[in-house]
Amino acid sequence: MKVWLRYQREALNRAVKRLRQAPFAALISVLVIGMALALPVGLYLTLLNLHSIAGRINAEPQISVFLTLDSGPADIQTFEAALKGNRSVARYQFISKDQALMEMRDATGLGDALDTLDKNPLPHAFVVRAKTNTPEALEALRNDLSQLPKAEFVQLDSAWAKRLAAFNSAGEKIVLILAVALGSALLAVIGNTIRLQILMQREEIEVGRLIGATDNYVRRPYLYFGALQGLLGGIIAMALAVAALFWLSDNISELIQIYAPGFRPQAVSWQTSTVIVAAAALLGWLGAYASVSMYLRQLTTAPR
Amino acid sequence: MISFSNVSKRYSNGFEALKSISLEVQEGELVVLTGHSGAGKSTLLKLAAGIEYATSGNVVVAGQSLSRMQPQALAMLRRNIGLIFQDHKLLFDRNVFDNAALPLSISGYSPADVGRRVRAALDKVGLLDREKANPIQLSGGEQQRLCIARAIVNRPSILIADEPSGNLDAEYAITIMDMFKSFNQVGVTVLISTHDEALAARYNPRRLHLDKGQLVQETAV
Repeated sequence: MKVWLRYQREALNRAVKRLRQAPFAALISVLVIGMALALPVGLYLTLLNLHSIAGRINAEPQISVFLTLDSGPADIQTFEAALKGNRSVARYQFISKDQALMEMRDATGLGDALDTLDKNPLPHAFVVRAKTNTPEALEALRNDLSQLPKAEFVQLDSAWAKRLAAFNSAGEKIVLILAVALGSALLAVIGNTIRLQILMQREEIEVGRLIGATDNYVRRPYLYFGALQGLLGGIIAMALAVAALFWLSDNISELIQIYAPGFRPQAVSWQTSTVIVAAAALLGWLGAYASVSMYLRQLTTAPR
Repeated sequence: MISFSNVSKRYSNGFEALKSISLEVQEGELVVLTGHSGAGKSTLLKLAAGIEYATSGNVVVAGQSLSRMQPQALAMLRRNIGLIFQDHKLLFDRNVFDNAALPLSISGYSPADVGRRVRAALDKVGLLDREKANPIQLSGGEQQRLCIARAIVNRPSILIADEPSGNLDAEYAITIMDMFKSFNQVGVTVLISTHDEALAARYNPRRLHLDKGQLVQETAV
């Protein structure tokens, strides 16, 4: 165990020494890795926030029934009785015209303009949830409700919430594709950096093997080197993505408030940050492993 | 300790460097391979060190057949063999101490052990006062001595040296050969190649003469 730890420490020291030996080249590599990773990381963080918005907005289809402006308490009772008797209705909520005006005042900030009106222009409304949410069942219920007396306008308004859910789903796939594509690019960048390192250290590797170095001994410092580059690249990617989101957050927040009032963009948790940086380090390790293994295989199978 | 049974070696370009060689080197023996350039001395030593593989026949070192050996096992075997190359194979990006310390780092020795053993090895070859120098600052003879220090620092049971005195003047060549003789006197098996028959004869070792890849003459002690 002591010897194993000594090997690890020595390999890590050698990796750090190599980074220090060519700081400019190392910085360029790390920046390239960081920028390549920043895009999927940024998109991922955006999606996390979109998920959160989607969670606040009920994606369950709802049917809004607006009554005629002259509807009185008796009409409302009659309409409610009809809803209770409809087997397709799961539940409903009544929103009085006064309540609707108050919500509109709060949500839009048009209080002054609304105050100038002589009377409340909004109708009483019912928000109805169906037992079955298939498009056919919803359409049938919408037709039923529109036939009821005093029903002025019936709106099936789940479309945009569905679009957001669909956008989230597509976004996840885009992030996955980008992560795979740019992760492969990262593997190539690190693999190439390691290949150059190997060319520079070829003599040391060959002499080392002649005097008893195992493949693991040869490989180890390069694995640390690749992992360190991935780690630093991951940190840069996180910093770039968080900075970009922070910069855009004011503009985005204004837009989001319309759909999800009170929503605050999510800060990136330390767990998420750790996972992303660790994944970048792992990719660096894998790139280094592939590159060194290829070289060692060439050494072993070279014509004698 | 080292055994060749009907060993032949043909390179990929078709050149047959060794033709059906059979020989035995006993533990603690000093054996000198002689022969002209191209006789097959270096190839034979490379086969003994597992640097090259035989095209046919079997090479056994310290009881292990090299032809069937896995890379990991070969690496472990090499830690028990001190190799001295004609071109030294020193690393010029590190100083004398670090060059000599390389086999110990590979074997996982502690820094304290590395320091003690490296200084002992450098002292043995007369380079203790040059430990901080870069190998490029050393003369050819000193570089050869550093190569010997690196070979003995792991206290191997076998030393294999390819023309260790090849590029040195006569006086230095004798100094180097004296070192091998002294290692042999403490029980190390030594296998050396040289084209200098007179130098080999001076130490009265068992001599194997190679010519065109064949073992043509053996001179017993």
